[in-house]
Amino acid sequence: MTTGNTGPAPGGPGGLNPPAFGQASGPGGLTPPASAHGQPAIELRGISKSFGAVRANEDISFSVPKGTIHGIIGENGAGKSTLMSILYGFYRADQGEILIHGLPTALPDSQAAIRAGIGMVFQHFKLVQNFTVLENIILGAEDGPLLGRSLRRARDSLTALAREYELDVDPDALVEDLSVGHQQRVEILKALYRNADILILDEPTGVLTPAEADHLFRILRGLRDQGKTILLITHKLREIMETTDNVSVMRRGRLVGSVRTSETSPAALAELMVGRKVLLETGKAPARPGPVLLSAELLTLRDEHKVERLKSVSLDLRAGEILGIAGVAGNGQSELLSILGGMTRPGEKVTGRLTLGGHDLPLTGRGSDGKSRREAGIGHVPEDRHHAGLILDFTAWENTALGYDDDPAYQRGLLTDNQAIRDDTRRKMQVWDIRPPIHTLAAKSFSGGNQQKLVIAREFEQDPAILLIGQPTRGVDIGAIEFIHKQIIALRDQGKAILLISVELDEIMSLSDRIAVMFDGRIIGIRDPATTSESEIGCLMAGIAPTAEAS
Amino acid sequence: MRPLPKWADLVLVPLISLTLAALVAALVILSIGESPWFALTTMVKGSLMTASGWGHTLFYTTSFIFTGLAVTVAFHAGLFNIGGEGQAQLGGLGVALACLYIPWPHWTLALLGATIAAAAFGAAWIAIPAWLQAKRGSHIVITTIMFNYIAASLLMFMLVDVLRPIGSQDPSSARFPPEAALPRFNQIPGLDLLFPRTVPVNVTLFLALAAAALIWLLLWHSRTGFRIRAFGKSEGAARYAGIGAVKTTMVALLISGALAGLMSVNNVMGDAGRLLGNSAAGAGFIGIAVALMGRNHPLGVVLAAFLFGFIFQGGSELGFMTSIPIEMRVVIQGLVILFTGALDMMVRMGLERVFVRLPQAKAA
Repeated sequence: MTTGNTGPAPGGPGGLNPPAFGQASGPGGLTPPASAHGQPAIELRGISKSFGAVRANEDISFSVPKGTIHGIIGENGAGKSTLMSILYGFYRADQGEILIHGLPTALPDSQAAIRAGIGMVFQHFKLVQNFTVLENIILGAEDGPLLGRSLRRARDSLTALAREYELDVDPDALVEDLSVGHQQRVEILKALYRNADILILDEPTGVLTPAEADHLFRILRGLRDQGKTILLITHKLREIMETTDNVSVMRRGRLVGSVRTSETSPAALAELMVGRKVLLETGKAPARPGPVLLSAELLTLRDEHKVERLKSVSLDLRAGEILGIAGVAGNGQSELLSILGGMTRPGEKVTGRLTLGGHDLPLTGRGSDGKSRREAGIGHVPEDRHHAGLILDFTAWENTALGYDDDPAYQRGLLTDNQAIRDDTRRKMQVWDIRPPIHTLAAKSFSGGNQQKLVIAREFEQDPAILLIGQPTRGVDIGAIEFIHKQIIALRDQGKAILLISVELDEIMSLSDRIAVMFDGRIIGIRDPATTSESEIGCLMAGIAPTAEAS
Repeated sequence: MRPLPKWADLVLVPLISLTLAALVAALVILSIGESPWFALTTMVKGSLMTASGWGHTLFYTTSFIFTGLAVTVAFHAGLFNIGGEGQAQLGGLGVALACLYIPWPHWTLALLGATIAAAAFGAAWIAIPAWLQAKRGSHIVITTIMFNYIAASLLMFMLVDVLRPIGSQDPSSARFPPEAALPRFNQIPGLDLLFPRTVPVNVTLFLALAAAALIWLLLWHSRTGFRIRAFGKSEGAARYAGIGAVKTTMVALLISGALAGLMSVNNVMGDAGRLLGNSAAGAGFIGIAVALMGRNHPLGVVLAAFLFGFIFQGGSELGFMTSIPIEMRVVIQGLVILFTGALDMMVRMGLERVFVRLPQAKAA
């Protein structure tokens, strides 16, 4: 921990800030982390924002001392993103005041936020894929109609920033050739190039390997030690505990507490987030695996560009077990799921062998589609509920029939029995506690957790022998996560075979009976969660196979 | 933003859009030195105030219902069939062949035969673009519009070299036999009281309304429709559900082409009594506007078809009765499409703002 005062933000005279800023921070003297001497970098006073009848933010006040990392944690829909959007000028608050370095600041648009020294790193990067790093960095901040000067200036400041903060990126590399972690660094560099001294990061680790995440946090600590202020939005308690100085918890649009991280615990934070005690551990009995139900041999998938996305993957899935597939997103898990679930695209070539209970399942052509897989007894909760599991514009009841429109219970002569589907949906909504229980509401109007429950209710209730589950709790709030995990374990205990794919290592570790780690289209190791460690799995996820496994 | 109440979305938005279109049309008429009020009264008189006016308005409405439904069905599959014109012309060829070469004992059977022929020819004409879209991903917009030109040439060839009666100078087919003539409204007992003189509107209007009802059943009450809509909304979800892309594309487009072909029952069999060049007369394109304005719902399509029928008939009346050129109806059509289609969001967003404020004003 450094207590060194670095003075005004480096990298520029701060010419856009009014002179009062310099005077205010001048006598402020030391600004040790986790304390609030001097002017706070950000102070929110009574911020409220409604969308129609929905109060997304209600009377939110907190302040972030300069030179600290401040975590904001809360369930989905708690209002974190709305709050950050207000800070970045995307929304205007209905009420309340924002003070930046002690000065009331209006943030009508993101340009104003940038002028005020606020930089934002979005969850989904806003980079031009076929531009170089340098071109992306100057995009929107060019010095004039000719780019030469801007590019030279950007190159110089990039070298300086890279030295200072471990932010090495090849300035001439195309963004599309960079790893996700490097792309994120480009986003951070973009903000720093624009003289940001307040950095907001929205769920920054969702797409990173554990090692990349560690590197990111080293960078963030470095930035903090140089006097930058960082707002870290996340739903991962561990990141909050390891990285932040202070943390604010949001629940249902309100701020329910701001505490020093050193004085709290994950359990206390989770309780604040949800409003009740949460079991972070899934209490599950040991598995009693039965016979092999689904067996894959040397599955290989080539995409339309003839690139092998899945390379000779073999696995056995037994009744009564949860086989977890760990891995950083994009290492072949989606392709494996798409073969098993019958979702391959027309241009993709699949080879290998897939058997279910001793019978071959076709991998291409007739009988390899989602409907045939369902008929064979394979249920599927897809990774992407927005683009596969649900049709967002369809009502909840129409989504109940997605994939099951042939179900005899839903037919009445030549026509569909819409009333039967509606009744079924109403019943499922009750059984699975889907809120609001309005079956005529469009799927897009439900929260992430309730959308996922719509999918899970549909797939689980078909009573499939095998269940494929992709990212069951992505974008789902803690309360619903607990519920979904319990249901998955309950299904396993009924003797179903469950294949679980998740990028959340915690989820894999706590649910799986066996863990297979995928890297670069292969399974590079299978581990027993009882005897392995997160760091071992993390190494495998990064492609570092122990030598014994290499052969 | 909160969504608008349903009634505002369905009634208020199109009404405001239409008013705006009418206002701009009035400015255009003013700018060519004519009286907008006179133009409006002429249009209303010529299309809605006389039996003959109604007879024409409803006749056009019939054609537009078919072409509007054609665009609607394709749209729900996420496909844009702008080849309605060509499919209608081919449908006309089917009608002509059925009427000329099969000796029908009665018009009811002739209607059945011509309906099947029109639908089959229309569907056949979209089959190639549909196949190219489904299998090769060739864009349906490009291929269907190309097929419009091929259809026009093919039809001209058929009329000049095959169907033209010997000795005739006119590129048209022979007249259909009287057994293949459909009853016009002035020939239907009961309706003849309303329509004393010969009008083009004929029994095909009922066929059009039945088609609208069937399409409604298809889209929202059948598995096929469910699959078409699911595929149109989300290709990923369709693949997940096992809804075949090739099959769904083909089915939706064949139905669409068949509907466009069916419009020829109205104008070729119901009115002209022979096949003429350019028989579709732009109705295929107007179908796009009709579907757009009718929100791709069969009921909306019927209402929008009536509106465009009114503009079409009123516009011709303008050309006859005033010094305003008949092309004015193209301008009015264009403005209606512009405001109800392209600028729809402008009106909608304005209204949403008003509606957000309303309850607050009440609470205050």
